[in-house]
Amino acid sequence: MNGNGQHHTIIALVQDKPGVLTRVAGLFRRRGFNISSLAVGNSEQKGLSRMTFVVDGDQYTVDQATRQLDKLIEVVKVANISDEEIVSRELALIKVQVTPDTRGEILELVQPFRAEIVDVGAKSMVIEVTGSGDKIRALYDLLEPFGILELMRTGRVAMVRGLSQGKVSDDLVLDYHGDHLKASEAYEVGSY
Amino acid sequence: MELTGAEIVCESLLKEDVDVIFGLPGGAVLPFYGALSGYPQLRHILVRHEQAAAMAADGYARATGKVGVCTATSGPGATNLVTGIAGAMMDSIPMVAITGQVPRPAIGRDAFQETDITGITLPITKHNILVMEVDDIAPAIKEAFYIARSGRPGPVLLDIPKDVLAGERRPFVWPDAIDLQGYYPPGEADDIQLSQAIELINQAERPVILAGHGVLISHAYAELRELAEKAQIPVITTLLGISSFPTDHFLHAGMPGMHGMAYASLAIDKADLLISLGMRFDDRVTGRLSDFAPNAKVVHVDVDPSEFHKNVKATVPVLGELKQVLRQMLPVVERKTHVEWLQYIDTLRAEHPSLNIRQTNELLPQFVMKQLSDITEGEAIIVTGVGQHQMWAAQHYAYKEPNSLLTSGGLGAMGFEVPAALGAKVGKPEKTVWSIAGDGGFQMTMCDLATAVENNIDVKFAILNNGTLGMVHQWQEFFYDKDFFATVYSGNPDFVKLADAFGITGIRVTDKSQVEAAIRQAMETPGPVVVDFIVKQDEQVYPMIPAGESVKEMMEEPVPERIF
Ligand SMILES: Cc1ncc(C[n+]2csc(CCOP(=O)(O)OP(=O)(O)O)c2C)c(N)n1
Ligand SMILES: [Mg+2]
Repeated sequence: MNGNGQHHTIIALVQDKPGVLTRVAGLFRRRGFNISSLAVGNSEQKGLSRMTFVVDGDQYTVDQATRQLDKLIEVVKVANISDEEIVSRELALIKVQVTPDTRGEILELVQPFRAEIVDVGAKSMVIEVTGSGDKIRALYDLLEPFGILELMRTGRVAMVRGLSQGKVSDDLVLDYHGDHLKASEAYEVGSY
Repeated sequence: MELTGAEIVCESLLKEDVDVIFGLPGGAVLPFYGALSGYPQLRHILVRHEQAAAMAADGYARATGKVGVCTATSGPGATNLVTGIAGAMMDSIPMVAITGQVPRPAIGRDAFQETDITGITLPITKHNILVMEVDDIAPAIKEAFYIARSGRPGPVLLDIPKDVLAGERRPFVWPDAIDLQGYYPPGEADDIQLSQAIELINQAERPVILAGHGVLISHAYAELRELAEKAQIPVITTLLGISSFPTDHFLHAGMPGMHGMAYASLAIDKADLLISLGMRFDDRVTGRLSDFAPNAKVVHVDVDPSEFHKNVKATVPVLGELKQVLRQMLPVVERKTHVEWLQYIDTLRAEHPSLNIRQTNELLPQFVMKQLSDITEGEAIIVTGVGQHQMWAAQHYAYKEPNSLLTSGGLGAMGFEVPAALGAKVGKPEKTVWSIAGDGGFQMTMCDLATAVENNIDVKFAILNNGTLGMVHQWQEFFYDKDFFATVYSGNPDFVKLADAFGITGIRVTDKSQVEAAIRQAMETPGPVVVDFIVKQDEQVYPMIPAGESVKEMMEEPVPERIF
């Protein structure tokens, strides 16, 4: 029951203190989970930062880790918003090789992506694109034949649509799972 | 008046009603010790190894319910605390550990005795803080104690650089309040959860209560007893829940799991409802999860929401502080008798008498425990190490008072028996404290007998000396083709002479007939005493449910064939 599950988008409101990131990351490291994307920045509240991170893992383990995240003293709220209606965005900078011949073609190509050219050099160009991971990947694939020199992504930031202020973590607690655990659902520790 | 950082630490500890600190000094923490000598209200107990400081603070906390405090210097001092801190984390023990750190300008430069102890203890503390300013000391200490004792308790480590302890003088300002935005320990339970739980309890025909450490932590023993008696529900106590319910109560139905009583495990197997109070379904309790309590719904009451559904899915999780939750429950739980169910459990008890001690002339460790139980009338505080002796202590002592079995449960750290017993006695000087030691575990921490002597800490040590790492030996017997590799101690010291070297009484017991007299002599002798019980080797702990298996695979003690 490791690793190869779905993507989970988790947002956490945390106190802006040294070591918070290590504590949060530690809970995933302990399970051998890879954090595939992470974005941290100030929130609307003073002294608090909001983190968005994407991890891969099975539902049970990610739920468990999320509850344990909530236990960290410096974590104010945390929610797995993967099943919510969310807006999520990522920004990427792509540095691509250009020649006088390809410049026009590239300019045309990036247009439908509403990407911007943020730097133009003699032999290269930096393109800024914002959107979902899929959109960024699509543009990347199109640009690949021209020769990509560098790719830099911010990691996903996400927000639940509507009025919610980032689900309160207690919601995680109050869910009832109804039936008693069936044998097939048991999470074995294994023998040692 | 302006104080040094070290003096502010001392003043803050007094504000938190600390009366004893277990520790051992070194360069980085020396300014603290410099101040400590001027605070006689803060009794300092000098240990021989920092692991003992942490484990003594743990024992003190378990025995008293107060926060245990230990201290060490940077580097090796701090790393020596680690096992003790990890144990406190696993068993939810309120502890504050204060370590000295190299001066701020030296941090990160691989200075002499610099280790990143906040980094090292990140996953084994409830919280830790590197205190970088003198003005942060008092708030950090207030926070540390609050976090350590509230909610699900746990250890908090404060790492304070030497120049924060020594240099600058600042006014001592004790904060009125603490501001921990993300930390709200639960109190009463939510009405919906509560009513769902009550419904299940009132409907159940074959309910059992699984009482865990949470009952002791929240001092909910009176409420537990009331609940059990009102609805006539049998109470099974987990290893750490032992002593939360009187062992000799007619509703007490033993300990479950790997070395629990067969009737307890069999009752869980048959139960239609588990009322799990402050326990976490450790794998030593459940065995194979898919076969655990196959007929039962689960009401799981805990103060830590991350315990719900972790190992066993709760039909109804009830989040709250146990004592308050039980008080909410009591008026609405119906009076019941459950006659058939209780009779059924009595039948199990009769058919699977897990606590019988076989008749033999050999000196059995179980017999020693039983004698000790009888002589002390179940009223001593028993502190154990880890291994076979620990299980016999859990099985054969009739605990009468809350917090009277102190044992390293979650971490299972050998060596706990010596220092934790010292801490317990320091916290509860009026109680008789017996350390039930393995010959293996005793040798891990016996250097701290000197601490007992120096401070006249009157602990009686009973070594159940089987000359082996008995529990591992047992696993080799059952699961590794009796390949007793690296589990036999052929060169154990003479523990009686050793006691003599420490300047205390040592008694050797080799025969059954000497047991009672030795125990009485130890209790009549003032100060620490070591009793070396040379018990039968190769004795196995029964029952046993092998790791990862279920009650179906339980092994009970073979009954010797009767010869007529
Ligand atoms: C620090 C530590 N190291 C290793 C173990 C693994 N272990 C569990 S029980 C045991 C044997 C303990 O021997 P002893 O203290 O003599 O107790 P006995 O089982 O013989 O009663 C060992 C080695 C442990 N629990 N703790
Ligand atoms: Mg032994």
